Amino acid sequence: MVDVTVPSLKSPGNARQLAIYLARDKLALCAALFLIVLFACVLFGPLLVGDLAGKLGLRQRNLAPFSAEQGFVYVLGADTLGRPILARLIVGAQNTLAIAAAAVFCSMAAGGMLGLIAGYSERWYSHVILRLADVIMSFPSLLLALIVLYTLGPSMTNLVIVLAITRIPIFIRTARAEVLELRERMFVSAARSMGASSGRILFRHIAPLVAPTLGTIAAIDFATVILAESSLSFLGLGIQPPDFTWGAMVANGRGYLSSAWWIAFWPGLAILLTTLSLNILASWARTVADPLQRWRLQSLRKAPR
Amino acid sequence: MLGYISRRAYHSIISLIGLLTLVFFLTRLTGDPSALYLPLDSSLEARAAFARLNGLDQPIHVQFLQYLQNLLSLDFGQSLRQNRSAIEVALEAFPATLKLAVVAMTLATALAILVGALAAARPRSLFDRIAGLVSLAGASMPDFWIAIVGILVFAVGFGLLPTSGTGTGLHWIMPIAVLMLRPFGLLVQVVRGTMISALASPYIKTAQAKGMKRRKIIFGHALRNSLLPVITVAGDLATGLINGAVVVETIFGWPGIGKLMIDSIIQRDFAVVQSTILVTAVAIFIVNIAIDVLYVTLDPRIRY
Amino acid sequence: MTASDNPILTIENLTVDFLSEGDPVRAVDNVSFNVCPGETLVILGESGSGKSVSTGTVMGLIDCPPGDIVAGSLIFDGTDLSRLDENARRMLNGRRIAMIFQDPLAHLNPVYTVGRQIAEVFEAHGNGDVGSVRDTVVKLLERVGIPDAAKRVDYYPHQFSGGQRQRVMIAMAIALKPEILIADEPTTALDVSVQSQILELLSDLQRETGMALIMITHDLEVAAAMADRIIVMNGGKVVESGKAQDVFTNPVHAYTRRLMSAAPFGGACPERPRTKVRGEALLQVQHLSKHYVLGAGPFSPKKEFRAVDDVSFTVHQGETVGIVGESGSGKSSIARMLLRLDQPTTGQAFFAGEDILTLEGRALNSFRRRVQMVFQDPFGSMNPRMNVYSIISEPWVIHRDILPRPRWDDRVVELLELVGLKAEHAHRHPHQFSGGQRQRVAIARALASEPDLIVCDEAVSALDVSIQMQIIGLLADLRDRLGLSYIFITHDLPIVREFADRILVMQQGKVVEESDTEMLFNSPKHAYTKSLLDSVPRPKWHGNSLTRHL
Repeated sequence: MVDVTVPSLKSPGNARQLAIYLARDKLALCAALFLIVLFACVLFGPLLVGDLAGKLGLRQRNLAPFSAEQGFVYVLGADTLGRPILARLIVGAQNTLAIAAAAVFCSMAAGGMLGLIAGYSERWYSHVILRLADVIMSFPSLLLALIVLYTLGPSMTNLVIVLAITRIPIFIRTARAEVLELRERMFVSAARSMGASSGRILFRHIAPLVAPTLGTIAAIDFATVILAESSLSFLGLGIQPPDFTWGAMVANGRGYLSSAWWIAFWPGLAILLTTLSLNILASWARTVADPLQRWRLQSLRKAPR
Repeated sequence: MLGYISRRAYHSIISLIGLLTLVFFLTRLTGDPSALYLPLDSSLEARAAFARLNGLDQPIHVQFLQYLQNLLSLDFGQSLRQNRSAIEVALEAFPATLKLAVVAMTLATALAILVGALAAARPRSLFDRIAGLVSLAGASMPDFWIAIVGILVFAVGFGLLPTSGTGTGLHWIMPIAVLMLRPFGLLVQVVRGTMISALASPYIKTAQAKGMKRRKIIFGHALRNSLLPVITVAGDLATGLINGAVVVETIFGWPGIGKLMIDSIIQRDFAVVQSTILVTAVAIFIVNIAIDVLYVTLDPRIRY
Repeated sequence: MTASDNPILTIENLTVDFLSEGDPVRAVDNVSFNVCPGETLVILGESGSGKSVSTGTVMGLIDCPPGDIVAGSLIFDGTDLSRLDENARRMLNGRRIAMIFQDPLAHLNPVYTVGRQIAEVFEAHGNGDVGSVRDTVVKLLERVGIPDAAKRVDYYPHQFSGGQRQRVMIAMAIALKPEILIADEPTTALDVSVQSQILELLSDLQRETGMALIMITHDLEVAAAMADRIIVMNGGKVVESGKAQDVFTNPVHAYTRRLMSAAPFGGACPERPRTKVRGEALLQVQHLSKHYVLGAGPFSPKKEFRAVDDVSFTVHQGETVGIVGESGSGKSSIARMLLRLDQPTTGQAFFAGEDILTLEGRALNSFRRRVQMVFQDPFGSMNPRMNVYSIISEPWVIHRDILPRPRWDDRVVELLELVGLKAEHAHRHPHQFSGGQRQRVAIARALASEPDLIVCDEAVSALDVSIQMQIIGLLADLRDRLGLSYIFITHDLPIVREFADRILVMQQGKVVEESDTEMLFNSPKHAYTKSLLDSVPRPKWHGNSLTRHL
C-alpha cells in the first residue's frame, strides 16, 4: 500500500546497520555476547584448562560451588571424582558444539543438494528423495537415532551421521519448496529463453537465492541438534568416555541429585543458555528481515510540529 | 477425500515396511540375545537350543522371510524378556503414553494459541516480551534436565510431588509439565508469527473498514486464518512428542511405550522393538490423517 | 444526479509521515480536498504518490506507528475524525463511510462465505436479526449483479471470478447506505470489459443513493469517465485540482501536462509514419495449438482446455505485430511456445526457413540468440543477485561466439547508452533502479545477443502511464535504428494503436480478427473487437453514458 524506503539487507555497508539494530534489542545483544564468549571458550578454553578437566582431586570430591578457597576453576564446584566442573564445561562445550556444527553442516549440504534436485527435476529420483524425506519425518527422530546408534556403536562419526540424517528432511523440503517457486520466476524463464543450460540455471540462478534460506534454517536447527545430541548423550548413546558432552555430564550427575545437585545442574544450564541464545538471535533476525516488522528496531524520529 | 486417505495410507504402509525392514536388519546386528537371557555358565547346547527355539539359528534372510510371513498372519513374534506376544506387550504400554501425550498436547496447543494471539495483538508490549522470552526458553529447554531440576526442587527440595511412578494425580503433574514445555514454546512462536502476518493481511483492512470490533477482528478473522499453519506445526510436534516421551518416561519411571522401547533395545528384545515401532507408526499415521481432515474443514480452498 | 455544495468531508492540510530509520518519510504533504454528497472526486496519481495513504487516513486504516499523522483535520459532517476515539471511529466505518479495494481476492477473508462477510457489516453495527439479515444479503448480492445470489451467498471468495469478487466488495460497502464510498483502484486488476461494468455499477449506485464517491486511480481513462472533480497527486502533494474537463484539457502544472500527454483523448497524438513496404517474412506461425488436459480425476471425465487454438500469423522483417486479448485469451502462451519455454500441442513456426518448434540441441541454441523476450515484470525477470553488468553479459557467457571477452566492457556501456542509461549503472543491482529503468535494462539484455525479433509480453503493463510512453518510444526508436521486428503482446488497446503495424485480436485461444492497426480501430469487424473498443471508458463530460455502446 505504501512505498516506504528501507535499507535493504543486501546492500553493502549493512553490517553497521545490523550492529545498530542488534544494539537496540537488549535481549538479542546479550544472546550475541554470550555466544561470542562461548565461542572464545571453545576456541581457547581447552588450551588453558584442558588438563584440569581430567584432573582427579580427592580433596575436592563433591565440592560445593561458590567456594573460593580452591581457586577459580572450582567456582562451580567439582564432581564426584573431584574434577572442576567449570573446566569440564569448557571441554564439554567444544565436543557439544563441534558435533552439532558438523551434523548441521552435513545435513544442510546433503539436504540442500537433494532438495535442489528434487525441486528442479521431475524424474523418478526426485520422487525417491521426497519419499525418503517422508519416511524420516514420519517417525520420531530420537527413536530412530537410538536404534541406529545402539547397533552401529556410539562413536563421534556415527553420532554426527545419525543427527544429520534426522535433520535432513527439513532442508530437503525447504530447498525444494524454494526451487519450485523460483523456477517459475521470470528470470529463470528469461535465462532459459536465452539458452542457458539446466546446470547454469540451477547453480548460477537458483542456488544463490536458496542458500540464504538454508543458512537461516541451519542457524535455527543448530539449537535443535544440540538438544537432540544432549538427549542421546543423556541416554548413554552419545560419544563414550573419556570424551564427554554436556548431555553426558547431566547424566553423570543424575545419581547424586540429593547430595550434589550442581553436578547435573550446571551442564544443563549451559545447554539451555546456548540454545536459548541461538533462538533469541534467530527471532531477532526474523524481525530484521521482515519489512513489516523492521521499524520496531529502528530509531523513529517524528517530524516537528 | 476417501481416495486421498487411501492414497495416504498406501504411502504410509510403504514407509512402514521400509522402516520395519531397516529395523529388522539393524537389530539383528546388535548381537546375540542368548548372551543376555541365559546364565553365563550355560552350555553350548543350551545356547543352541535357545537359538533354535527362537529361530535365531537360521540365516538372516530366512529369518526375515519368516518375519514377513508372520506379519501377514498378524503374528508379531514373541517377547524374549516376558515370554508372551510382543504386540501384546506393546499395546499394553501404549495407553499410558497416549494419555500423557494427549493431555500434554491439548494443554500446550490451547495455551499457545491464547498466549500467541494475545502477544501478537500488541507486539512489543510487556506481555509480548514476557511471552516471547518464556516461549523461547520453553523451546530451548533440554527436557531431561528440566525434569531433573523439577525432581530436585519439587520432590527432593519441597517434597510436594513424587519422584517417579504412577498412581495418584500428583504423579501426572511433572511428566506433563516437562512434556508440554517444548511444544508450547514452539507453538507460541508460530502462533505469534502467523498472527502478526495475518493481522497485516488485506482482509483485516476490510474488516476495519466495515467497522468491526478489534476483539472480533483478532479472534474472528486473524486467528481463524493463522490456525492453518499452526495445525501443520502441531502435527509435526505431535510426532516429535514421542521423543520427549522416551526421555520423560525414562526419568519419571512412567510405564509407557518410550520406556518399553529403550528397555527392549538395551535388552535386545527384537520382537518388542518392532512391535512398538509398528504401534507408534500407526498412531502417527492416524494423527496425520486427523490433521488433514481438520485442514479441509478449516480451509474451504483445499479439496483432496 | 444533483451534487449539493456543502461538503460532507473536508480534509485540510493533512500531512502523514512513515517513520523509518533516521528521518521520517513524508507520504502525504499538506493535502487538502473536500467532497460533496452525490459528487465523484477522483484522486489521480501514480504509485507512491500518496493517494491511498490520504484516504486510508480517513478510515483510520494506517497503522501508527510506523505511520504518523503529523498535522491536518478530517472534518466529516461537522466532526473532526482525527479527534475521535477508536470506538467512535469504528461506528462510522462501514456505516457512514465505506471503502472498496484494489485486489478483492486478498481483501476478502478466504475461510468465510461471502454471505457471512457481508452480514458482518450488519452485525458490527447492531442492525437486524439473523433471519432477515440473510435475506438482505441476498438482495444486496442481487443488486450488485451476482447471478443466482440465493445459492451463491454460501460460496467462498475463491469460487467467484475477479469481477464478481469486486461486486461482492461493493455489496459489502453499500450494505448500510454510506454517505461516502471510497474506491481505491477498484478496477485495476480487472479486464477492460469487466472494468466498464464495475464502473457502471458504481455510477448507478451513486445515482440511487446520492452518496459521495472518492475514487483513487492511476488510470487516466477511468478518471475521465468517472470524475466530476479531479485532484492530481505527485510525491505526496496535490499538484493540480479542478473540474475534470479543465484538468484534462487545460492542465496547468508541468507534471499534469506530462501525464495528460499520455491520455488517448488529451489531444491529437502525433501519427507515426508507417512503413508501408513490408520486408520478407521473418516468422511464419502455422496452426499453432496448445491444449491442457483438466480434471483427470478418477471420477470426473477428462476435459480439454484449449489455451491456444489453431493460430496462424506472419511477422515480416521490420514489422510490429500486436497481439491483443484479455487475461486467459492465450496470448502469453503463444509467446512462451515461440520462445520454446512451453511445448506446443500441434503446429509449426518457421523462422528463417526452419521449423523452430522442433529444434533441439545446438540448432535450438543458435535460434535462441535471434529471438529474445522482454517480460512484463522487469524486476522479476532479472536475478536479484546479479548486477546489471552480469545481467547484460549473460547471453555472451551462454553463447561464447557472440563477442570476445575483452570487448564486453565496451559493449555493455554501448548497450546501456543505447537504451538511455549511463555507464555507471553497470555495477548496480536491479533493486536500485526504478521500474522504467529496469525495463530499459531488460531491453538492453534482449539486444545483447543481436536478435532479429523481440517478443514483448505485456512489457509496459506494470509501469506508470508516463513511463509506459517513454518505453514504447524507446522500442519504436530501436526498431527504426536497428531494423528490429516485434511481437507486442498486451491487454491495453490504446498502447498498440501508437506502436503496432498490424494487430491480432485473441479471444479464448482463437484469433478472432487480424488487420492493419488503423483499419482495426476505425472499422472493427468482429463483435468481440467492437466490444473491446467500446469498453474503453469515455470522458464523463462527453455525455451521460459511461462507455460508447450505451
